[in-house]
Amino acid sequence: MGLMDQVELPKPVKYVFNWGRKYSLWCFNFGLACCAIEFIAASTSRHDFIRHGVIPFAHGPRQADLLVVSGTLTDKMAPAVKRLYDEMPEPKYVISFGSCSNCGGPYWDSYSVTKGVDQIIPVDVYVPGCPPRPEALLDGIMKLQDRIQGESLKDRIAAVRRDPANIGAEAGMALDAQSLHTAAPAELGSGG
Amino acid sequence: MSDLDVREQLLQGTAPGEGLAIELVGDGDLVTADMSLSIGPAHPATHGVFRVVFEMDGERILRAKPVIGYMHRGFEKLAEYRDYRQIMALVNRHDWLSGFSNELGVALAVEQMLEMEVPERAQWIRMLMAEWNRILNHLMFIGSFALELGAITPMFYAFREREDIQHLMESATGGRLHFTYNQVGGVKIDLPRGFLAESARVSKLTRSRMPDYDDLVLGNEIFRGRTVDIGPLPTDVALSLGVTGPALHATGLAEDSRVTEPYLKYGDIDVEVPVGRNGDAYDRFAVLLGRIRVSLDIIDQIHDHMTSGPVNQKLPKMVKAPEGATYVRTENPLGQLGYWLESDGGRTPWRLKMRTPSFSNVQAIPYLVQGQLLPDAISILGSVFFVVGDIDR
Repeated sequence: MGLMDQVELPKPVKYVFNWGRKYSLWCFNFGLACCAIEFIAASTSRHDFIRHGVIPFAHGPRQADLLVVSGTLTDKMAPAVKRLYDEMPEPKYVISFGSCSNCGGPYWDSYSVTKGVDQIIPVDVYVPGCPPRPEALLDGIMKLQDRIQGESLKDRIAAVRRDPANIGAEAGMALDAQSLHTAAPAELGSGG
Repeated sequence: MSDLDVREQLLQGTAPGEGLAIELVGDGDLVTADMSLSIGPAHPATHGVFRVVFEMDGERILRAKPVIGYMHRGFEKLAEYRDYRQIMALVNRHDWLSGFSNELGVALAVEQMLEMEVPERAQWIRMLMAEWNRILNHLMFIGSFALELGAITPMFYAFREREDIQHLMESATGGRLHFTYNQVGGVKIDLPRGFLAESARVSKLTRSRMPDYDDLVLGNEIFRGRTVDIGPLPTDVALSLGVTGPALHATGLAEDSRVTEPYLKYGDIDVEVPVGRNGDAYDRFAVLLGRIRVSLDIIDQIHDHMTSGPVNQKLPKMVKAPEGATYVRTENPLGQLGYWLESDGGRTPWRLKMRTPSFSNVQAIPYLVQGQLLPDAISILGSVFFVVGDIDR
C-alpha cells in the first residue's frame, strides 16, 4: 500500500478518501449454495445494490475489494476460499452472507461442513438468514460502508497484519490450495 | 522457463508433469504434452462449486472428468438425525432452486408409509406450488445459461419474473427459496385470501412476457451459433446414463412421471411434454422454455379445479413411520427425483437415500464434451442443467 499504511491521513482528506472507497466496492461473489441465488437477486433490478456502489463484476479476486461468501462452506472447499481471499489486495472486506457461512446453519451437525467461514478468514459483516432476503444483504452492505467511512486505513492494515488468521497464510493453508490443483492430473489418470 | 526448455525436459522425462498422467503427443521436435485444464471449483460457468478437469489437445477436449463433492453436506446422514417434520426443512435445500418439489417427495413417501389420505385441496395446492416452483427453477437456468454465453440481459429479465413469482409464493408460504410449506398429511396453512386471483394475474403476466425470451435469446443469431448442433445427446445414451428431465426430453423422448406415472392429481389434468429433435444445447434450452409454458397451462387448469376443504390433518405429537421401506419418484424441475425411505419404526428415518436428477445428468458431461472445442464446453456445461447441491447432496 506504500504510504497509506504508514501515514495517518489528515481528517478532511481521510473523509473524502473513505467516501470514495465505500461507494466503489468491487465485489467478488463467492457463490457456494442457495444464498448465491439471493445474492444474484440482490444485484438485479428489483433490489439493485449497484445503486449503493457495489459492483458485482469483479473479474476475479485480484480486482476485488469485497468478498461475499454466500452459502455453505465445506471442508473440501475451504482451502479454495482461503486462497482466493489471500489473492485479494488490501484493503479487503468480507461479508459472510447466510447462516451456513456464519456458523454452519442447518448443517451444524454435519461431518463435512465448515462451521463458519470466520474459522479461516476474518469477516467484517455477518448477514443472518437461511437464506437472508436481498434486503438483508443491502443492510449488511450499508453497515460495511459505515464501517469503511469511519475507519483509518493505517489502523486497518495494521490490524489485518496482526490477525492470527493471516499469520503463516502462505505456508499453511496456501499449501493445501496448491495440492488441490496439482492433484488433478493424477486423479484423471486413475479414473481413465 | 521458455517453451523450448519445457519441450527439452519433456523429451528427457524430467518435466514438472512427469509422473502424472500426461501423455506426449507427436514425435521429434514437435512433441508436446496434452494440457490438463481445471475449470472450477469456483468458476462462473459451473454455476456453483463444480469442477471439471479437461484434458486438452490444443483447443480440443480429449477427455473430461467431473470432480464433485465440493458441496457435500451429508444430507442423507443428517436425515437420519432429524424427525419427519424437521426433514422438510432439510431436504428443500439440496436442490436449492426447487425447494418445494423436494419437500413434496419426502411428504409423499412418509404418507405412503403411513397409508395416509391427503385432503383434495391440499393436493391441488401442492400441485400449484410445485408448478410455480418449476417455473422459478427454469427461469433461473434461462438467465444463467444466456449469461454463460456472454449475454447479461436475459438474467435481468428472468429475475423480473422470478421476483413476481417469489413474492406470490412468499405470500402463502413465507419463504422465497426454501418454503417448508409441505407437512406430512397436507400443507402447513391454507392459502391466504385472494391468492388464486393473484396467482392468475401473475400467470397471465408471465405468459405475456414469454415472447421476450423467444426474441432475446432463442432467435438471437449469436445464441443459435453457439448452441445449434453443439453437444447432441442421443436418446439411448441419455437413457443408459440415467439422464432425465429437460435434458432427456430434448432428445425426443417424452418420459415425464407427471404423465407416465401420475402422482397427486396430475392424472386429472392435461400435461403436455415438450420435446426436442436431437438433444443439442439449443433443444435443451428450447425445451426449458416450452416447459414454462406447459407449467403455466397447468396452473390455469389448477385454478379451475381448486376445491375447498381442509388442507391438512391432525397429526400425533410425534410422527412415526411404520417399519418398512418405500420409494417415491416425482418429476422435479431438473428430472426424476427419487427418495428411498426406510424406517425401523422410530422417530427418525433409518435411511433416506436420494436419487437426484443433477447427479445423473452430469454423468453425460464427459460424453458430451469429448472432441468438442473448449468454448463449446461452456454451452454444454450450461445446458445440462444441474444444481451443485443436488449433485453432491
